[in-house]
Order: sequence, then C-alpha cells, then structure tokens
Amino acid sequence: MTSPRETIEGYNFAYLDEQTKRMIRRALLKAVAIPGYQVPFASREMPMPFGWGTGGVQVTAAILGPADVLKVIDQGSDDTTNAVSIRKFFERTAGVRTTTRTQEATLIQTRHRIPEAVLREDQILVFQVPIPEPLRFLEPRETETRKMHALEEYGLMHVKLYEDIARHGHIATTYAYPVKVAGRYLMDPSPTPKFDNPKMHMSAALQLFGAGREKRLYAVPPHTPVVSLDFEDHPFEVTQFDKACALCGAEGVYLDEIVLDDSGERLFACSDTDFCGSRRADGHVGAQGATPAGRLIAGEDD
Amino acid sequence: MYVAVKGGEKAIERAHRLLASRRRGDAAVAEIDPTQIEAQLRLAVDRVMGESSLYDGGLAALAIKQARGDLIEAIFLVRAYRTTLPRFGYAEPVETGSMTIRRRISATYKDMPGGQILGPTFDYTHRLLDFALAAANEPPAPVQADALSPQAMPRVCDILAEDGLIEAVGDAEAPVGDLTRDPLAFPAPRDLRLQNLARGDEGFLLSLAYSTQRGYGRTHPFVGELRFGEVEVEFFVEEVGFAVPLGTVELTECDMVNQFKGSDTAPPQFTRGYGLVFGQAERKAMSMALVDRALRSGELAEEGSAPARDEEFVLSHSDNVQATGFVEHLKLPHYVDFQAELALLRQLRREFGKARPADIAGEAE
Repeated sequence: MTSPRETIEGYNFAYLDEQTKRMIRRALLKAVAIPGYQVPFASREMPMPFGWGTGGVQVTAAILGPADVLKVIDQGSDDTTNAVSIRKFFERTAGVRTTTRTQEATLIQTRHRIPEAVLREDQILVFQVPIPEPLRFLEPRETETRKMHALEEYGLMHVKLYEDIARHGHIATTYAYPVKVAGRYLMDPSPTPKFDNPKMHMSAALQLFGAGREKRLYAVPPHTPVVSLDFEDHPFEVTQFDKACALCGAEGVYLDEIVLDDSGERLFACSDTDFCGSRRADGHVGAQGATPAGRLIAGEDD
Repeated sequence: MYVAVKGGEKAIERAHRLLASRRRGDAAVAEIDPTQIEAQLRLAVDRVMGESSLYDGGLAALAIKQARGDLIEAIFLVRAYRTTLPRFGYAEPVETGSMTIRRRISATYKDMPGGQILGPTFDYTHRLLDFALAAANEPPAPVQADALSPQAMPRVCDILAEDGLIEAVGDAEAPVGDLTRDPLAFPAPRDLRLQNLARGDEGFLLSLAYSTQRGYGRTHPFVGELRFGEVEVEFFVEEVGFAVPLGTVELTECDMVNQFKGSDTAPPQFTRGYGLVFGQAERKAMSMALVDRALRSGELAEEGSAPARDEEFVLSHSDNVQATGFVEHLKLPHYVDFQAELALLRQLRREFGKARPADIAGEAE
C-alpha cells in the first residue's frame, strides 16, 4: 500500500468540483434506489478520453474520501497501462492511499473483471461501462430502448438468446451477458466475462456503474439479486476452464491465455493478479510456477 | 520460464517523455511560440475554440502546440480544462444584427442594405501553392476603404420576414438548455440541437450537410446570408441591476433559406436553417445550418428518412471528443473478453467439426 502523496495544485480534491460531485452523488442515490435503472447524469469531460473509463472515474471521484484506499484494475490486473494511469490520476488529484491488495481496498475501480476474492460490505466496486444499454445492439434508438425498459418489454433479448440456441445449440454470449436486477430492470454488467456474473448476485459490496460518454449511471445495491438471463431447458452456464492456473494452481478462476512463443506454446494464468500473487505468497505453486514468487506476477516494481 | 508483464508505470512515463521530445522535434529548428500559432494559424485556433466551446485564443494556441497540431487532441485538451472552470452565469444573448462586420455575403440578393463585403476569404483564390511563402514574405498592407460609413446591416432574413415570406423565429424569451449541465434526452428541442451542432465535429457536419445536397434528406438551400465579425458580449449583474459588457467575440453566422411547399398546418414559405460558430468558420457554420434544417424535417412534416434527418443518429455521433475516445479505446487491453470469445470459438469449431467432419479435415490439409 502506498502512503498519501503530494497532490497537484490548482485542482479540487479528486479533480471534480464539489457541485459536480454533488450532482453525481444525487444521480447515484437515485441509481441505488432503483437497482439496475440507468440514471442520466451530466457527465463531464475528464482529462482522459471518453471510452477509457471516464464514467468510472467520475463515480470514483464523487464518492472518494481522504480515508479511502483505492485499487484500480483493468482485465483483472493492477499493472495494465490504463489501470496504472487511473490509479496515478487519483494519487495526484486526491492524494489517497492506493493498493493492489483486494482485501485492503475500500474502493475498487475495475474494467472488465470482478475480483476473485469475495467482496465485503465495507467495499465499493466501481465499473467502467462503455455501452450501458443492454438492448443497444438490438435497438439502436434511445427513445425506443427507454420505452422498452419502462414497459419491462425484454422479449427482444430473449429472442436473441433463443436464436443463439437455435443456431449453435447454446447461448453464444460470453461477455456483457445480460442480467436482470432485483427482478425488474435488464442490465448490462459491463463487458465483464459472464464468468463473473454470479459474483454480482447478492454481493455484500455496493456495485456502481459509470458510463461517461453515454452519460448514464446505474447501481446494484448490496444483497440484491442479479440473475443472468436464461431458459429453463438452457440454464445459464459459467465459462469453465479445464486447466488450473499454471503459476498458483488455482482452479475455478478466470484464466488469461498467454502465448509464449511462435510455435503456439501457451500458458494459462489467473487474470486476477492480486489473487494469484496472494496464493503464491501462501505457498501455492502451479505447474509452471516453481520460481521465487516475487519474480512473477506479484513482483515488486523495479 | 514465463515472467508476467510488469513495469507499466515506468513504460508510460518514458513514452510520455519520448512524446514531449518528438513534439519539440529537431532542436536546430526554432521552437514555435503559441502567440505565433494564435496569430498565424488563426483558423486552426478558431476551430479549436468552436469545438471545445471555450473562447480563448491563447489557450487554443497552447493546446495546438501541445497536441503537435492534432486539432481534435487540442479540442480535447481545452474541453478538459474548461470543465474545471467555475461557472458564474450565462451571458445575455448576443445581437448578431449589430455585429462589427468583417465579411458579409448573400447568395439570394445581388445587393441589399449594407452591401456585400467580401473580407478575408479563400473564395476565388486559385489554389496554387505559393512557393514564395516558403521564405519569409511580408504581404502588402491591406487597402483601406476611403470612408466606410458605418451603415446598418440588417440580416437578410429579417428583410424576408417583413413580407412574411419566411417563417418566424422561435420564442426568444423561452429558456435555453445547456447540454454540458444536463444530459441530452430525445427528442431534443432545437436550442439543444443547435448547441450540440455548434460543438460538433466540422468534418462530421460537413459530410452530413453534403449528403443532404446529394438527395439524402434534401433541403433546397440558399445562403441567405453569411456574416463574420465581432459582437459584444454582455452579462447581467444582479448587484448593479443592468447588463455590463464583458468584451467582444468573433462569430460566423449563417442563415440558410430553404424552400418549403407548405403542409396541412403551415402555409408555403421559406424556412430557416441556422449556424453560429466562434471565430471564422464558414464551412462549419454552413454545414451546421444545413444539418439544423434537415433535423427539422419531422416538425415540418417532411416525408422520408435520411441520416441527416435522424436526430439520434446526428446528435449522438457529432462530438469528436466522444467519438475519438471511444474509437481509440479499442487500443486498450481487451484480453479478458477476447479470451471468452476464443473459448467460444473453439467450442463452436469443435461442434461444427463433429457435425461435418469432412469440412474441418479438408481445411486442415
């Protein structure tokens, strides 16, 4: 965990001015009150591009306090370029403590993954969302999709999933797999793999979603049912890996496939780098992980 | 032995350091100064001010320098700075009718009160590269008119309106929205549509406007008037009880006059398309006016659909800062989702192979 740093001058705590934060918090309160409902908000231009996490960054900026400990992940990893950039942004503008340890964080901003470790009530997970509307690729018009949500008319999505089954014998959606929240609103879980969908269900942690370019916020309050759409005869299935992590030996976790050489040699390792590193620190070793743990994914910055 | 990717932070830092050095370029060549950009690349500065919605030539010039001349990047820089500025209120509406005219032309009348004033324009120049410009080259001083008596220059559309030949403008007292403070909802009223277009990407609006001329939502336009010059900006101060001038801004305004055969509820009369942009930006102002008019097709009960008439399509895709961000975000890692797709593709191919073993076998050879 890093200690608080000097912040840059001329900007408010966590970049946004307090009026803007209040506007976002109001929208967040509405989002929490209506689980899964997309609340429009006056998204601001941020100093990073739209599509690179401005929605998540605005949510984080609006709820971040000086006592928070922030973790930022992208693809499950703390070390991907965009996660580094966003973490640095809050170090510089808010001076808060940051961490790569899921257990230590009070606020976790993520893109494309939910940590493997079960989150607690005193933690908040903030998702970066590119397209908040789960019906968008079935109906491009906002005027239409808002009507469909208002009428709870989600037949189109069921037809899409049915067509998958008719064509392939199973549902062929692997990420951004649609969920129904608290039995009412159809929601896009953001482009997390469907492997992570069950983690959203009845989670103890508050889950907030920010889509900056599309100017929408939504939320899953703690202990809220989140159900992946399916059919009685074709129940929702979690992606299964027939391998364990090559570094820490974990099973039942999401794995990255890493191409090792040009003859097609591959290695599968935990996508959640903190999870993998913690396991190896505890002495777990995978098939190809027989090296000093510190040198591998959990290695210190050089 | 596999060692996972690490050191992103250091790599980013070094990439940015390299970028700064590339921006400077050959150190033997004199460094460009933002004041030179502001004075000599004025149309680039104008575009950045317009699409970033911040009238500040110095900041725009600095952004252009920092962005290595990439105007969309410069617009982005200024927009991100703009959001951090406190708002202390909204100015009074500017009166373009009393503009200090630098250029003013009409394509609908040969002459009108105030006359045609060509001003600084590329129009009628031959687009021949001027090799003399490669060296320092002082152009001759502009010719001063003898005594250009300050003449009233009423807007051409106001002249048409006196005869009732053109539709009335909307309610001038109606409250005006602000899409930077409230998210855009559809259907959007015209004030918000115009704000969206004024901030919109010049290239996107140009192509849409062009498409209306080629039959995708035809509007039968005439340039009623195109004017460029300075207008005074006033701000109503509660404490003193009247509006005080804040300074002047340069604006380009375009009134497009469009044919309209009338509908069940409206008599045949000319209709308006309107464009207003910071600085000298005629291509943008004209494109904006054409697209504004095309977007009014629903209200005027015109039949047929076209991209330029589709409000959600136009307004959702006009902002180049949003567009470039989302297109370029594809550079970010997507390997978690890609992994899920890989697994699915392998499964689908296995199933396909079971159903039609001959095809897959043939492919393998």
